[in-house]
Amino acid sequence: MLPAAVALTALVIFPVFRDPLDSFLGDSILALAFVVMALGLNIVVGFAGLLDLGYVAFYAFGALATGWWASDFFTGVNGERGIHIGASEFASSLPGVHLNFLLILVGAVIITAIAGAIIGLPTLRLRGDYIAIVTLAFGEIIGRIAQNGDELTLIGDYKFSNGRQSISPIDQINLPLIGEFDQATNLRPYFWMGLALVLVVLFVNFRLRDSRMGRAWIALREDEVAAASMGVPLVKTKLMAYAVGAGFGGISGAFLGAFLNSVNANQFQFGFSIFILAMVILGGLGSIWGVVIGAVLLSFVNTRFLTQLDQGIGNDVLNALGLDFTFNEVKFGVFGFILVLVMVLRPEGLLPERRRKLELTEGVGTGGESVYEARA
Amino acid sequence: MLELSDVHTFYGNIEALKGISITVEEGEIVTLIGSNGAGKSTTLRSISGLTPPREGSISFEGNEIGDTPPQEIVALGISQSPEGRKCFQRMTVRENLELGSYLRRDSKVGEDLRRVFDLFPRLEEREGQKAGTMSGGEQQMLAIGRALMASPRLLLLDEPSMGIAPILVERIYETIAEINRQGTTILLVEQNANFALAVSHRGYVLETGHVALSDEASALRDNPDVQKAYLGA
Repeated sequence: MLPAAVALTALVIFPVFRDPLDSFLGDSILALAFVVMALGLNIVVGFAGLLDLGYVAFYAFGALATGWWASDFFTGVNGERGIHIGASEFASSLPGVHLNFLLILVGAVIITAIAGAIIGLPTLRLRGDYIAIVTLAFGEIIGRIAQNGDELTLIGDYKFSNGRQSISPIDQINLPLIGEFDQATNLRPYFWMGLALVLVVLFVNFRLRDSRMGRAWIALREDEVAAASMGVPLVKTKLMAYAVGAGFGGISGAFLGAFLNSVNANQFQFGFSIFILAMVILGGLGSIWGVVIGAVLLSFVNTRFLTQLDQGIGNDVLNALGLDFTFNEVKFGVFGFILVLVMVLRPEGLLPERRRKLELTEGVGTGGESVYEARA
Repeated sequence: MLELSDVHTFYGNIEALKGISITVEEGEIVTLIGSNGAGKSTTLRSISGLTPPREGSISFEGNEIGDTPPQEIVALGISQSPEGRKCFQRMTVRENLELGSYLRRDSKVGEDLRRVFDLFPRLEEREGQKAGTMSGGEQQMLAIGRALMASPRLLLLDEPSMGIAPILVERIYETIAEINRQGTTILLVEQNANFALAVSHRGYVLETGHVALSDEASALRDNPDVQKAYLGA
């Protein structure tokens, strides 16, 4: 307990020692959001063994929830006077829907959980790679809809999204008792908010893993037929995994929407799904702490390491080799390379889950074929 | 207790069961024997709901269960030890057994765990060990014990002797007889029928999706055709 308390205290006071607008602080906030995202995907892929390549869809819904409910996106609503529930004083003077961020979080979780269950339905009769293909398509569909959302009117004249144009500005997060954050002057509250979300999601993750449902997920991953024979309801158990995993994606998406102060379709690319999946695999499928580490590492590789490499020796090396690009331009190649390295050097991930480690190091598997069939 | 009448089960377009009718009375051990592809496992899978029948009826204690999903069938009192054991390899023996009682919320789970450990003392010795690190025979014990943890009135066993040392086969069949004496009705499937018929009351011989023969177990053992085809005599 003591080391955990020390680490947590260090994390909590860390922003105080940085400049309020420090870019490293900003990157840390992104890392926290990615931790939440990766923990959500870990439930689907790591616990239940359902390979999901369309996770970006839930980022999209979460971010869109913030876009819809915390900006002047629905300008005409309520006779241009707007709808305001728990919004800050400033936001209350604007047209459009302005809800308190906590309400948006709840809404985002509901939307994404439903979307998660919907994506789950067509995969129920599928296994392994086929699940991956269906989820991939779902992610793409949502991405396309968001892209063309400026042409898509649902109710009255209200659009679905602004397409490639951003929904921006987004209201600053405004918490009861604490007040409104201000990104322009101080990033610290966003860090603490992100940290709080991570702690909540971590707690829920541990509780879920040790619950009846968590055990059923793992049984499903180990052997679907045996799980069904034991009375594990396959449909409900799988849909729960999709819905819960998606819900975490929604939380993170809503937070990112507010933090980035912009929601646009360019954010919802296929590469994003792979980016999050890479975090889960790098950390160790199914291992909660492993996934946290994987998410933090890859997030910082993305935001800092590659840029510093380009500014440092990376550029010289590439030039000397006669290559005309920067590492940042090929970052997905770099992530892929990292994944290949992990697969070769440490296939169980950085901090492997207890059960999975057994499979890889001691040759204990579910009858040979089904381990990989069930998951990859 | 259990009655299948004219059950047809398909895998896609392939008709694996072409009208199977069998009955199991309370307190019996009934064996299905037959060669590869005769439909033995499919019969069990049809009963447990893993591959529901397309035609025909399956009734258990008067309830029609042909369309019932597997988890509800387990709740009704039928549990299965699937073909090839299918233990959860990376879970411990204890965790496997706990999953067997997944649907139960009554207070007798502890008693049933005790009962399984009494039937299979080996499992108690290995309580904390991962299932995947145990021998085939031990995993078979675990699969049977796990099915018993659902506290079934009808236990379905799919090839309990498959891939197990002969000496252990005998032990497992002794235990199966003991489980039956304690009051659980058993329907089992065997390719290697000697031991199975020795403990059974009645048996059915399946051939290519049909019931070819049904009789008292002792009569089947004495039947020259059965001896030749299935008992290696």
